[in-house]
Amino acid sequence: MTAFVIRRLLQSIIVMLAVSLVAFLVFRYVGDPIDSMVGQDTRLADREAMRERLGLNDPFYIQFATFVGNAIQGNFGISYRLQEPVTRLIMERLPATIELAFASATIALVFGLFFGVYTALKPKSPVTSVVMTLSLAGVSLPTFLIGIGLIYIFAVELGWLPSFGRGTTVMVGGWRTGLLTESGLRSLILPAITLSLFQLTLIMRLVRAEMLEVLRADYIRFAKARGLSNRAINFGHALKNTLVPVITITGLQLGSVIAFAIVTETVFQWPGVGSLFIQSVQVVDVPVMAAYLMFIAFVFVVINLIVDILYYTVDPRLRVGTGKR
Amino acid sequence: MRKLLLTASVLALAATAMPASAETIRWARGADALTLDPHSQNEGTTHTFAHHIYETLVWRDTEGTLIPRLATEWAIKEGDDTTWVFTLREGVTFHDGAEFNAEDVVFSLDRARSERSNMRQLHADVESVTAVDDYTVEVKLKGPSPLYPNNLTNTFMMDKTWAETNDVVEVQDYAGGEDNYAVRNTNGTGPYKLVSREVGVRSVLEVNPDHWAETEPAVTEIIYTPISDAATRVAALLSGEVDFVQDVPVQDIERLSSTDGIKVATGPENRIIYFGYRLTEEPLASSDVTDKNPFSDPKVLEAMHLSIDRDAIKEVVMRGNSVPTGVATPPFVNGWTEELDAYPAPDLERARALMEEAGYGDGFTVTLDTPNNRYVNDEAISQAVVGMLGQIGIRATLASRPVAQHSPLITNGDTDFYLLGWGVPTFDSAYIFNDLIHTKEGNYGAYNPSGYSNAELDAKIESLGTQTDLEARDATIAEIWATIQEDRVLLPIHNQVLAYATKSNFTIDVHPENQPNMSNVTIGE
Repeated sequence: MTAFVIRRLLQSIIVMLAVSLVAFLVFRYVGDPIDSMVGQDTRLADREAMRERLGLNDPFYIQFATFVGNAIQGNFGISYRLQEPVTRLIMERLPATIELAFASATIALVFGLFFGVYTALKPKSPVTSVVMTLSLAGVSLPTFLIGIGLIYIFAVELGWLPSFGRGTTVMVGGWRTGLLTESGLRSLILPAITLSLFQLTLIMRLVRAEMLEVLRADYIRFAKARGLSNRAINFGHALKNTLVPVITITGLQLGSVIAFAIVTETVFQWPGVGSLFIQSVQVVDVPVMAAYLMFIAFVFVVINLIVDILYYTVDPRLRVGTGKR
Repeated sequence: MRKLLLTASVLALAATAMPASAETIRWARGADALTLDPHSQNEGTTHTFAHHIYETLVWRDTEGTLIPRLATEWAIKEGDDTTWVFTLREGVTFHDGAEFNAEDVVFSLDRARSERSNMRQLHADVESVTAVDDYTVEVKLKGPSPLYPNNLTNTFMMDKTWAETNDVVEVQDYAGGEDNYAVRNTNGTGPYKLVSREVGVRSVLEVNPDHWAETEPAVTEIIYTPISDAATRVAALLSGEVDFVQDVPVQDIERLSSTDGIKVATGPENRIIYFGYRLTEEPLASSDVTDKNPFSDPKVLEAMHLSIDRDAIKEVVMRGNSVPTGVATPPFVNGWTEELDAYPAPDLERARALMEEAGYGDGFTVTLDTPNNRYVNDEAISQAVVGMLGQIGIRATLASRPVAQHSPLITNGDTDFYLLGWGVPTFDSAYIFNDLIHTKEGNYGAYNPSGYSNAELDAKIESLGTQTDLEARDATIAEIWATIQEDRVLLPIHNQVLAYATKSNFTIDVHPENQPNMSNVTIGE
């Protein structure tokens, strides 16, 4: 088990290096950072001097080597746009993104499981057909449209919930949280729902499909024949056996929820790393873009690792297999 | 205990639910100030924010006129036309209580023109700054510079002692990767003090009770929240969560004006939108005419000017929110005249005839480079122009890029035909001539990728920098404009219009530099 974890962590370093290498190859085509750093009346000579000073004239592999060298020492440089250390910028904004991601993942998981089980057990009920139809909308509507729609209904027309931002936040030991204030919680509702809809429908459809499959299996029939309660059959046997694919998908989706909260964060002006990234792309803020991509690669690697470990707990067959390969 | 907690939470609820008091303005804008260091970025949003905390020697009112601020008077020194003398306002204090005097001005101007400052190009001609006495400062320039005070409207004054104490004498060095206290902390003389700031989220300013101005601002608290998504920004105003939205998308102006409790003020911005083209003899890289450059033929240029329907662009693309013009300068700028501003009615028949005469009866192809995130509806304007040129046989292919990729095409001269906007912060034509018209060489012509080069005109442009006889100078400006119009160096489209949307009780005048100041806001019922 330990060897497995260490091996995966070593692999993750290679993944992150590959990600940053690709990122640096691409950065040259994003545009010229100098343009957003200086005014229109900056002389060409001054621009050139600045480009030289920032090392933008170096070939990309030298820029890449410098970046990796500094990154190993934990230094991701200074943002061109905001002139603050990138590490601090990301750390300050990370709590917002993580709270949003976990809130929406929780919504997606709880409602996704519930509706998935319900629609599988009662395939003929009218509620099921309504839920299945609505879930189509969840999969097919783009996030920004859902976000804007929710804002117009709940903030503009009904005036129940805030349309943007995080509300009042409090610092708890270096972590800026919005979970402890009323306005913070109210602000979380719309973006969390927006971000969760896609995952919710995905999990629901997955659970339903897996459940339907399992419910047809022989051991369920035998369980029924043994006279076990419905509850024990449905949850103790059927649901548990559907969980392996659900965990994989949920885990990977949590990664993409963190990574691709960009649209939701922009629509709701949520002060997380996603909106930081999108603003940085617009002005070619290379240090922030590079650090962000590294961070996301890291998140995916870690989540994959956790998912693999979870398999062991859920599926006893895997436990037997280790070490004998 | 439980009851106490309950009461406390009810109180807390009441506090959050209570509407903001009449003196607070909640201000939303697309972007946040990049930094609080007043000299490190030459960028509009940053300056607008800084103007509330820091002050400049002179600034502009909503008419674009230069008015006194920390300097009460300024004049060219008698007997020395290379030196400007500034008389400072007395009795001004910084937020920490320190007194403002000539020493601070010398320090601030030196800091602003230091190596790492992004304001330095505005002070490139300054040779030295000296304090004559506590309230008089002399700025010596490398040559006569009749319009130097125009360059001071965004150069903020810092306290020398504060800067030394906090080790911010130098402007932040990006490349060096060090942190700088002035990026997050302030000590200005302005009408508002910084209370709190979360970058990109929310900044709170409160009124400075010790400010020198006789009238106290009606707005006593500013809550500044950047909201980057335009639809969300508008929604926040509609739902009553903000009082003032500075950048209203043109498609929402009409809707907001017709909403109860919201009003929209519009006014021209000091920014011109125009097209430029390569004017050299060599064939264009992006054209199917491979033996010559069609744009070098005056007939083709005239045909293009006649094919553009500026009023249609205004009505259809800009939804009525632009000021069409026939000259590449906004009306605020010294040198603008009504005659120059007039533009021809489109005349397609004549334009087609001209194309025929020039030997391009079958037209030609060219690539039009346009930014798509810099100016109001920039890409849509270019699309409209592609259609209009198509009617006279010019088949333009649109190449649309974000500004970070578009801009290098202009500065490197890698474009045959392009859209660009130009703001004129000095309010003087020389600023346009220097960068857009003068041959690209040395400190001139940075944004002139056309290859247009007219030695006689260049000499005239250069003379403007040092000509102190303002009447003769204005005459030269008029001559230069006449040549530009005759040679059709640029193809002007319109001046951009700004729209501010507020709750009906607030009145905020549109500022031509898009720098509204909350200290001038009036509040009605």
